[in-house]
Amino acid sequence: MTAARFQIILSAIAAVISLAGLADATYLTVAHLTGDDLVCGSPGGCSAVLGSVYASVAGIPTAAFGALAYFVAFSSATLAVFGYARARTLLMLVVMAMFGATLWLLYVQAFILHAFCPFCLLSAALTFLLAGIVVATPSSD
Amino acid sequence: MMSLSKRYLPFIIIATVAALTVGAGVMLYRAKQRAIPTARTTSMPVDKTISETADKTKETAAHVRGEADAPVTLEEFGDFQCPSCATVSGVISKLEQEYGPRLRVVFRQFPLAMHPHALEAALAAEAAGLQGRFWEMHDMLYQYQSVWSKASNVRPLFDAYAGALHLNVERFREDSNSNEVKTRVVLEGEDGVSRGVKNTPTLFVNGQVVRAAFTAERLREAIDAALIGQKSSNNSTKGGHK
Repeated sequence: MTAARFQIILSAIAAVISLAGLADATYLTVAHLTGDDLVCGSPGGCSAVLGSVYASVAGIPTAAFGALAYFVAFSSATLAVFGYARARTLLMLVVMAMFGATLWLLYVQAFILHAFCPFCLLSAALTFLLAGIVVATPSSD
Repeated sequence: MMSLSKRYLPFIIIATVAALTVGAGVMLYRAKQRAIPTARTTSMPVDKTISETADKTKETAAHVRGEADAPVTLEEFGDFQCPSCATVSGVISKLEQEYGPRLRVVFRQFPLAMHPHALEAALAAEAAGLQGRFWEMHDMLYQYQSVWSKASNVRPLFDAYAGALHLNVERFREDSNSNEVKTRVVLEGEDGVSRGVKNTPTLFVNGQVVRAAFTAERLREAIDAALIGQKSSNNSTKGGHK
């Protein structure tokens, strides 16, 4: 398998993962906006996280930023599949930002709120997968 | 021609995903908005008698536990079928013991329609309250939440709880269906909505909403801050009288 083909396959996988993340983040955004406390059924978990001050930035749900990031990741991965070289750089940048934000949000859940929201953990897992793919993708050179 | 369509394909895919995401998000939002009505839009029949007795019931004393002159009031808008509310209930009991006469707790009904038995539980607690056992029923409903939440018919279970609390079960049954308790639940739900309550549990400490109030640490912080605020306002009042 050539490096170019391997790049395309990994970009396609990244697009699919981003799509899953987009669905998850959209659901969390809606849950936040509607005040739904039963998104996961774990006592205190989702409510504690989605109802916390960390769940929004300047009145905008944090999950909405996540959805936007996943959408950008999906778009750049899709463009990368179709051979847009700069899209790979954009994908790398957005995934790096998502990785950093995910680490911070995991810290908040573990050490500040002492509660975990399974849907947030799913998003974290998807971001880590994306980061792994970005790292594993060979450069065009 | 082929190359042109291939050139636009990724953008078509991206635009389609964007449109689908926004569409799905809006549909989900609308569906959830319908699923989270206020107390008035629960399945409870709101008849003329309820609106007529509304003003009278508004003046009914809230369910309060603790000293009337306690410097800190912790007010909860809760739903007996909400798992987080059950968790918080245990936390609040712990804090009541810890703070003693410095803390009083107020409970207000906010049954969410997404919980099938929440309204019946709220009515049961209010009916028990008419026999002076609101808090005992409150504690029992949370204690056995995992049991009655799964039941298809909760009435026999609530009757059993009433019996265990030595209530007049016949009267308890009648009161559970009375307009008096229904009105109270409706009004407390409306009160919550007017104060910005969207989910449960929503907690207020001396009238200020406490976010992420699911842990003893977070609530303790809010209560301690309120105690300090009370002390300093008392000192300034004394100073002003000098």
